[in-house]
Amino acid sequence: MAFTFRGGIHPFDGKAMSKDKPIQEVFPEGEMVYPLSQHIGKPAVPIVKKGDRVLMGQKIAEADGYVSAPVYASVSGTIKGIEKRRTLTGDMVNSIILENDGLYEEAPRIPVRPIADMTRGEVINIIKEAGIVGMGGAGFPTHVKLSPKNPDKIYYVIVNCAECEPYLTSDYRRMLEDSEKLVNGLKIMLALYDHAEGILAVEDNKPDCIKKLKELTIDEARITVKELKTKYPQGSERQLIYAATKRAINASMLPADAGCIVNNVDTVCAIYNAVIEGRPLIRRVITVTGDAVRFPQNYLVPCGMSYEELLREAGGFKKEPAKIISGGPMMGFALFDLSVPTTKTSSALLCLSKDEVADSKPTHCINCGRCAEVCPGRVLPSKLADFAEHNDEERFLKYNGLECCECGCCSYVCPAKRQLTQSIKSMRKIALSHRKK
Amino acid sequence: MNELKHVSSNPHIRSNMSTQKIMLLVIASLLPAAGFGIWNFGAGALVLILICVGTCVLTEFLYTKGMKKAVTISDLSAAVTGLLLALNLPSNLPWWMAVIGSVFAILIAKELFGGLGQNFMNPALAGRCFLMICFAAHMTDFVYDGVSSATPLMLIRQGNNVSLIDMIIGRIPGTIGETSVIALMLGAVLLIVTGVIDVRIPFTYIVTFLIFIGLFSRRGWDPGYLIAELCGGGLMLGAFFMATDYVTSPITSRGRYIYGIILGVLTGIFRIFSSSAEGVSFAIIISNLLVPLIELVTVPKCFGKGGE
Repeated sequence: MAFTFRGGIHPFDGKAMSKDKPIQEVFPEGEMVYPLSQHIGKPAVPIVKKGDRVLMGQKIAEADGYVSAPVYASVSGTIKGIEKRRTLTGDMVNSIILENDGLYEEAPRIPVRPIADMTRGEVINIIKEAGIVGMGGAGFPTHVKLSPKNPDKIYYVIVNCAECEPYLTSDYRRMLEDSEKLVNGLKIMLALYDHAEGILAVEDNKPDCIKKLKELTIDEARITVKELKTKYPQGSERQLIYAATKRAINASMLPADAGCIVNNVDTVCAIYNAVIEGRPLIRRVITVTGDAVRFPQNYLVPCGMSYEELLREAGGFKKEPAKIISGGPMMGFALFDLSVPTTKTSSALLCLSKDEVADSKPTHCINCGRCAEVCPGRVLPSKLADFAEHNDEERFLKYNGLECCECGCCSYVCPAKRQLTQSIKSMRKIALSHRKK
Repeated sequence: MNELKHVSSNPHIRSNMSTQKIMLLVIASLLPAAGFGIWNFGAGALVLILICVGTCVLTEFLYTKGMKKAVTISDLSAAVTGLLLALNLPSNLPWWMAVIGSVFAILIAKELFGGLGQNFMNPALAGRCFLMICFAAHMTDFVYDGVSSATPLMLIRQGNNVSLIDMIIGRIPGTIGETSVIALMLGAVLLIVTGVIDVRIPFTYIVTFLIFIGLFSRRGWDPGYLIAELCGGGLMLGAFFMATDYVTSPITSRGRYIYGIILGVLTGIFRIFSSSAEGVSFAIIISNLLVPLIELVTVPKCFGKGGE
């Protein structure tokens, strides 16, 4: 029986377009842009200046404080400058601009030692130095996640192999092509927590991954492969923890409060690369897909490459795109043009020939309750959106508005086509900013 | 690529279910009952259905036009109201009464409160109850096979026997759409299978009602009697098609159970103690009034705080 949670939806998954395309390396030629803020926390501080020549894998910006992450050059070339550039969220972010010389000259790797010889702090420090952040989208620095208050109370290390977002196949390809890396990456994390059990949590629409991971872990006493029901948002952290362990946490708790640490597939592979191979995080897998893309494909992309160049790699458009999204269709960011850089948290470039949001006109709520039915947070989205639209913060909080995970299920199912998620998101931002004061 | 693309907040995809589609499914699910009504009661029933649907749609059109609001008749909710109202009327009702009922339903019960989604009472039933109060004699005059006849529930109350088979098939006097349990169930199955209605409401309603009359009717648990009460008086029409009206039923899961229980108890009280033998319509509109309160006390626990 597959594990799951209450609520959720089954949108068209669109994965067939790219799921059988093996990961291809790309070698960008143009200018590379490295935003200093690709993670949650303080922006990194540049340690290079205009005119410096840097090598692939060389650190170009240092973490600023504990909750921050360094940035590495993903190609070799010359620093053109440090200036504000537009990122995919539309914000102008201080970025290091690098003129790619196309030589891919590699910097010397960080010397590695066997994990058995290292303390927990040393391993976590390598991860921190490698600039690893949550690559599922949130971008939370991984070393912070791996340093809970009480490491002896971590009972589960979960690898989020759900990939519940429609269209995305980057994690799927990673699991198939780099399964050993993935399992070994998980073993590194298990070495940090004596009481932890490792769980590879995979949705049951990926039977080939499940089979392969089961074969690989058959002799691993501490690792199990758990089949989860295919349903969006199965990969949402709290829903994933619940499905895998039956432990439920609310929005103000951390996974560690339930004895869990959750990491995404690509993040675990990055941990392996850093600890075993001494390589910092400079590349990630990105799916370029959608019905408007000529050749949908999964790419191993040096972070900092522009989406424009990445799309050219995939043959450009075959149809006029109506909507371009960085990430999946449920939680991704819509882009108004392609001249923004890929970052550590970019999982996909999705180009759709139809914009279903622009095509649907919001009408009055008919109180059908579909939003409440599908809400994984078990709140009442239609009421929360009403409170948000009336700026009624008090009732918004009383009705657990902060428990929303912004997964988008409510807007997806709403027959009146209301912008529920958008209203709730805006109010959450306001409420959270008041709370900080 | 020089032109800028649309941006919007997530999610970027939408399901293909729309208000209009839901209303279309409701209309489709009512067609068997409407068709049976026309066959059972003759062309007069068809005329009444057309009058009600036409008046409802026209009223909404004129009101929205007159108030310079967006015209909303394409969402089909007015057509559903008209159809439901007609199915709740006796086939021999004078046409102008049907017009009054339809105008009341749309204008007073729905549009004046802000249109679809804002009404606090099921418009079709508000129209029906208005007519019941204004024209009680006409509204309870059920002509069947050319003669005024008592409904099966009235006959039972008077101590007569009724044919259960006729009640299930619908070969009995009553309002246009309420008589055939088979036709209504066909529609109900369509609504359940397509996910339009939540079975919690009709299920709780019917179970509560059965327990209530079993306990308090002084006829005990006689199955023949219980089945007759279940099939008669528009209970099936009310439970599956009107108590489930989204706007006037609770959004919360626990609230739906409470609402069903209130409906069952009220219907039981009206059936046993009131002067008429029916009472589904009144039970539903009174329960409609309680919906905001039910929703207030049944806010669900969220995920991670006991609601998972």
